[in-house]
Amino acid sequence: MTPRQRAWFFAVAAAGLVACYLWAFTGLPGFGNYPGPYGQEILRRAVGETHATGVVSTVNFLYRGFDTVGEEFILFAAAAGMSVLLRKLRAERETGPADEADSRTIPATSSAVRIPALLLVGPTVVIGWWLASHAQTNPSGGFQGGVILATAFILVYLSGEFFTFRKLSPVVLVDAVEALGAGGFAAVGLAAVVMNLPFLYNYLPLGQFPGAISSSGTIALISFFVGLEVAAAFVLIVGELLEQTLLRSA
Amino acid sequence: MGIFPFLVVAWIVVVGLYGIVTSRDLIHQIVCLIVVQSSTYVLLLGVGYVTGGAAPYFFDIPLHTKAVDPIVQALALTDVVVEAAVTALLLSFAVQAYKRFGTLDPLELTQFKG
Repeated sequence: MTPRQRAWFFAVAAAGLVACYLWAFTGLPGFGNYPGPYGQEILRRAVGETHATGVVSTVNFLYRGFDTVGEEFILFAAAAGMSVLLRKLRAERETGPADEADSRTIPATSSAVRIPALLLVGPTVVIGWWLASHAQTNPSGGFQGGVILATAFILVYLSGEFFTFRKLSPVVLVDAVEALGAGGFAAVGLAAVVMNLPFLYNYLPLGQFPGAISSSGTIALISFFVGLEVAAAFVLIVGELLEQTLLRSA
Repeated sequence: MGIFPFLVVAWIVVVGLYGIVTSRDLIHQIVCLIVVQSSTYVLLLGVGYVTGGAAPYFFDIPLHTKAVDPIVQALALTDVVVEAAVTALLLSFAVQAYKRFGTLDPLELTQFKG
């Protein structure tokens, strides 16, 4: 099929898609008039039942916690799949970081990049942990916090070079943290089953009052494990991709 | 506002699909897929919006304030994470395709190689 034929084929298909889509619109409730009772019911009871003021986190880690376990394992499986796909092949060897074209001079990383990047590492870790540990109160949680935590490691790469990044995040350690995060979530859920309660039931004390850091029972604990898992998965993914630049086919 | 947010969704989907179909570079194609997927965020948040509703966080607003639907917001969060995972996996496929065939042009990646 030539590119031109493809474009025509697409134009016809897209026209059909848009037509069906616009037709489907006519049956939707208007913007701002969502009638679904499920969300409103959760809004009505979530804070009283869990003492967590962040209802989105409550939905993620409690009411629909089962979905989130699956979602977390999608990330886990993707990171594992990447490690397998990007492994060192038999015909490849790892080279040093030196450039192979002798005639090319690579300028060293400018201080204007290095110093701000290093200065940002500390605050980034603090913000990441703050987000991962406040799922129960504010718009935050393990997923958001974990990604920001991983950014701290990428700032190290930006400010120095790949080998510092790799020394800071040895694959064995990152793998272990990722497994701990993913397993911890599942273990919190299974502990409820052992206690003869439904999977992921909120069995921990809910704390004194809604909005306190110590409130919400299992929601905060699960968010912590998710933060570990997400941070480790992203460090692993970025590390795997960066490592590719060192591989040469022999 | 009416159906405007939903028209934006349709626009993002079709623009992204157009990119995928006409792309001559796998990395560009992956970015186009991200564009298609980002339409789901607009759709989810658009569907769950309640006129005049606050964000579903009752930390500094009184309990039982009118708020938007929290379910779709949680789904959007799930969506973002899955997108990141899928993107990472696709990028590693692109790396391997380049290693094996020496090109990222999808039109030249038409035959299998053992």
